[in-house]
Amino acid sequence: MVVFDKPKALTDIPFHYCPGCTHGIVHRLVAEVIDELNIEGDTIGIAPVGCSVFAYNYFGCDCIEAPHGRAPALATGVKRALPDKYVFTYQGDGDLAAIGTCETVHSSARGENITIIFINNCVYGMTGGQMAPTTLLGQVTTTSPYGRKKEIQGSPIRVCEMLSTLDGVAYAERVAVDCVKNVRAAKKAIKKAFTLQGEKKGLTIVEVLSTCPTNWGLSPEASLEWLRENSMKQYPLGVYKDVTAE
Amino acid sequence: MAKKVLMKGNEALAEAAIRSGCRLFFGYPITPQTELSEYLAKNMPKVDGLCLQAESEIAAINMVLGAASTGARVFTSSSSPGISLKSEGISYIVGSDLPCVIINVQRGGPGLGGIQPAQQDYYQATKALGHGDMHFIVLAPAYVQEMATLVGEAFDLADIYRMPVMILADGALGQMMEPVDFEAKRQRVLPEKTWATTGHGGKRPHNIVNSLYINPDELERIILERYERYKEIEEKEVLFDTYMADDADILIVSYGITARIAKTAINMAREKGIKVGLFRPITLWPYPSKQLAEYADKVNAFLSLEMNMGQMTDDVKVATSCKKPVYHYGRTGGVIPTPDEVLEQIVKISEGGAK
Repeated sequence: MVVFDKPKALTDIPFHYCPGCTHGIVHRLVAEVIDELNIEGDTIGIAPVGCSVFAYNYFGCDCIEAPHGRAPALATGVKRALPDKYVFTYQGDGDLAAIGTCETVHSSARGENITIIFINNCVYGMTGGQMAPTTLLGQVTTTSPYGRKKEIQGSPIRVCEMLSTLDGVAYAERVAVDCVKNVRAAKKAIKKAFTLQGEKKGLTIVEVLSTCPTNWGLSPEASLEWLRENSMKQYPLGVYKDVTAE
Repeated sequence: MAKKVLMKGNEALAEAAIRSGCRLFFGYPITPQTELSEYLAKNMPKVDGLCLQAESEIAAINMVLGAASTGARVFTSSSSPGISLKSEGISYIVGSDLPCVIINVQRGGPGLGGIQPAQQDYYQATKALGHGDMHFIVLAPAYVQEMATLVGEAFDLADIYRMPVMILADGALGQMMEPVDFEAKRQRVLPEKTWATTGHGGKRPHNIVNSLYINPDELERIILERYERYKEIEEKEVLFDTYMADDADILIVSYGITARIAKTAINMAREKGIKVGLFRPITLWPYPSKQLAEYADKVNAFLSLEMNMGQMTDDVKVATSCKKPVYHYGRTGGVIPTPDEVLEQIVKISEGGAK
């Protein structure tokens, strides 16, 4: 009896992610959802610039690689051309909440029928641990070496809270992948996001609190603890918008 | 008999796009090309098409990137400062080998510049609209009719060579009204878009639209392949026009609206007995270098006439191997040269007094 198998919606190309990085878990969850909804052949995925830039190699669906921050604009173009296909973006916090804030906000405001998988690990990963718009106050990064100070770098952005005020957003939930219970909840959220997209309810976003052991300078296990102690306090888990519950 | 309609240049561009089968437009308002998106906002819904006003030029060009990835015909339009904003996306579109049409109805620059007609984006369009080793086809219409015809051609060229094609117009052409016949027939055979990301439907391996190649050898190979395509375009797709060029002692080289001013000045000069002609590049990239070179042994001088400070002069010098003097005359910042001013330059050159 097979108890563990690779989702069909993932290719055989090995992930390049650092040990302990949670991108692998989230990729898997997205792929499992695509399998369960049986939509791989009708899905177009959009990869960002950042650690997950090679996501187009890992997902078995058709994929496009976007310029930094522009994934929601690309997704808009794809979806408007192919309204009946599933379109998702997979973006990190620098991509989505710094350079791509404008595209994120306006795609949300227009209620584009797309799903955004938003990886929030409070740091720029690929470029080597610089301050992100989501970096916590006091958090040390290579470009906030004395800790992020409100007076100098301002405060972190809470994306789900901000986007949930926009009428075009159908569903916004923040999840984490730090333990089995939360991983299961994360998958449920991702599945709901894709399902609501299929029902053309509007933009759906799942923010996933993630770890970056390499740039946090912590072991994978200590990173999960740090996430619970710090990230989750600034970014509480929960459903921020759900039009089907209203 | 063909039916002609009186239309503004900007509207003719829009109508021609619809008639070319394009059903997707993404843009952002900017003077002096806004009539184009207004026309599309009114008329795209009538053909089940979409005219979507983006939040920025940057978003608009990336929507084009997304839509082009699906193999759909798509275009955007802007004017000079807006084109600068699109530059990042255009480089990605080139790097991803995607077809699309980009319209630039030029105005004065640099910076916010002005809103009057200019040709100051020649360098940007033909040499460096985006980072990386790259080119794309640039078409310069001089008449509203030609704007319409070249839009259809642009969509076909984009599909055939998998690259953006730019229509480089200016505020004067955009705003002027002339009769247009949209009946022009095109005979091009278009390739199937097997590379498009439309959802594989379980019937083929997944398609990836991408401009990232981490391995430098692979990136070099991709660029070299693209340059092979550029070579083919240089051989097959050059467009130009001439006027009284055969017996000319002085050849004016000019494109777009200034080529029409040149024609008036040429007629005036001919009345004075000065043999002047016009060479009008229609493709600014690829530049009609070979065709222009044929005049280097026939004429005494070239006059590069543009609404800028002489951006095309170097292309004329290179094309003609500097065999004859190449003069420049132009007004800039949105000022349109008059036929009298051009005539004055012609007379000076014919008398050997030009600088």
